[in-house]
Amino acid sequence: MPNRIDTRFAALRAAGRPGLITFTTAGDPDPALTVDVLHALVRHGADLVELGMPFSDPMADGPVIQQANERALARHVGLAHVLEALRGFRASDADTPVVLMGYLNPIERYGFERFAVAAAAAGADGLLLVDCPIEESAGYEAVLQRLGLHQVYLLAPTTPPERRSRIAAKAGGFLYYVSFKGITGAGHLETAQAMAALDELRGLSQAPLAVGFGIRDAATAALLGAHAQAIVIGSVLVERLADARDASQVDAAVASCLPPIRDALHALRGG
Amino acid sequence: MRWNVQPENPGPAEGIDYSALPDARGHFGPYGGSFVAETLMAPLAELAAAYERYRVDPEFIAELERDRRHYVGRPTPIYHCERLSREVGGAQILLKREDLNHTGAHKINNTVGQGLLARRMGKRRIIAETGAGQHGVASATIAARLGLECVVYMGAVDIERQAINVFRMKLLGATVVPVHSGSKTLKDALNEALRDWVTNVDHTFYMIGTVAGPHPYPKMVRDFNSVVGQEARAQMLAEYGKLPDAVIACVGGGSNAIGIFHHFLNDPGVAIIGAEAAGEGIATGKHAASLSAGVPGVLHGNRTYLIADADGQILETHSVSAGLDYPGVGPEHAFLKDSGRASYVGVTDAQALAAFHRLARTEGILAALESSHAVAHGIALAATLPKDRHVLVNLSGRGDKDVNTIARLEGITL
Repeated sequence: MPNRIDTRFAALRAAGRPGLITFTTAGDPDPALTVDVLHALVRHGADLVELGMPFSDPMADGPVIQQANERALARHVGLAHVLEALRGFRASDADTPVVLMGYLNPIERYGFERFAVAAAAAGADGLLLVDCPIEESAGYEAVLQRLGLHQVYLLAPTTPPERRSRIAAKAGGFLYYVSFKGITGAGHLETAQAMAALDELRGLSQAPLAVGFGIRDAATAALLGAHAQAIVIGSVLVERLADARDASQVDAAVASCLPPIRDALHALRGG
Repeated sequence: MRWNVQPENPGPAEGIDYSALPDARGHFGPYGGSFVAETLMAPLAELAAAYERYRVDPEFIAELERDRRHYVGRPTPIYHCERLSREVGGAQILLKREDLNHTGAHKINNTVGQGLLARRMGKRRIIAETGAGQHGVASATIAARLGLECVVYMGAVDIERQAINVFRMKLLGATVVPVHSGSKTLKDALNEALRDWVTNVDHTFYMIGTVAGPHPYPKMVRDFNSVVGQEARAQMLAEYGKLPDAVIACVGGGSNAIGIFHHFLNDPGVAIIGAEAAGEGIATGKHAASLSAGVPGVLHGNRTYLIADADGQILETHSVSAGLDYPGVGPEHAFLKDSGRASYVGVTDAQALAAFHRLARTEGILAALESSHAVAHGIALAATLPKDRHVLVNLSGRGDKDVNTIARLEGITL
């Protein structure tokens, strides 16, 4: 069976527009709502969803996602919940690709291979390990490959050209370009700089290029979307979702920020 | 609580050259490495390259040597605790007096080195994390001397219990940023410092204070601190005509311990023992003994032993000494534990406090609460050994910073 990430990017390429990737944290704002959040994201325009796996020490994340992690952990959300929510989502969505994103320690504690097998069975399509650069991932790649899961790697503004090529050679699913030096949700995205960097990365790899960090609105999404195959929206969504108490509030929160971004990206069709 | 004073300590394992560790990418066997977000990989490579270049540069070495002598106050003496040893009635207890360094602890051995490196790398801003405040003070001190901006991240809980060191940092011109996330202690200060570094990486030098973090920090911080063991080894041979029978140091992150251990690791006759914070007792769960009670995992850029729950979430730790209150430990210690070259024992808050008072009354030395853990084990071990043996304890810092804590614990209003 082809990986859903590949299928989705092929469809986006055919449609001639960049994709919309969302990031939310599993178990936030309430473990009972994780599946509702995922469906709401798809309903309002997500082409691919990243589901964050809570960790006590999310060192690459800004305050918004840190607090989402803390809220989820306060309700004892662990990998068992992540897998359960994924199975729940797959019960009525067989097509939207899901990338599980998180830090190594909870996964290693669960057992990396055991987790990968369970994630594949639950319907995951890829894994993004924030604190695992290519140098340390040799042992994991083989496991994921065998299971048909993509390992998604990051590229950063600091990544030198020679290293970019080495990462690109390992790219699975898509490459995620971090738009600035900083943590998630920070407010110092320089669009011109990021666009130039994306153009420089074009042709580096067969894998599609996604760009994220600091994209908060439709205008920015459209600017960067024209230079990449997908854009990632995270902190602004997590912020809106923080106070949702039931499925209808979840829907309203997502509806309040995702559709304009979706429309801006759809408007780039054939552009 | 009774504790095992003479754990198994088989000496160097066959075929391991401890001076050759870590490998080129910072691995100590399965431990260490570089587990950070991609943005930091190139800056870490740049730092590693600069360190490898300057650590063998004669000018750098000469400047470091000069600063150690004239600014830090090295070499520090080895002091023979005659009264204490007599009272204990066993082996001779010796102290490596790192408390006599400028700023009152071993931490400056590292910051004086990293400061010279920061200047050569053209960085104009220093950031640091601190728990007890000793590394924060040592960083602020060096930054002041080199005319660099200094920002120190410190958990809000630690700021409360180490008020004197917070004020010292401010007097030295540093900005102290309280960290309110997570458990509001050292681990969260480290997270926040990493977040600052990833944001300001172009002009900022991250001065990590212990032998943890991503490569090259565990190696670099060890090397700068290993002057302690290098001196101690030569002093033992010159003054006592022999090597010590045991070397003991407290272990939080483990920088003072690696500092005194490093040059003794290839000496088979020297037992190497780390004293971890057992807090209220390991069985109570309120402790910070990562090696004694933790499991291997990944945190703060390296693979090592961690105190975490069954979901892999990092747990809050407890120790009377803020400097040992850390849920991880340097990866080299993890390796030394597994290889059997070093043993690690738990020392409780109560045992450390008792040792603090005993050393104060018999020798006129106020030890830091961190170092008091090592003193406690030194006393316990000495009591089981004959009088012609020598137990060398690293007195990593002085206790002036802890007098408020001790008064509070004993119900005394100052």
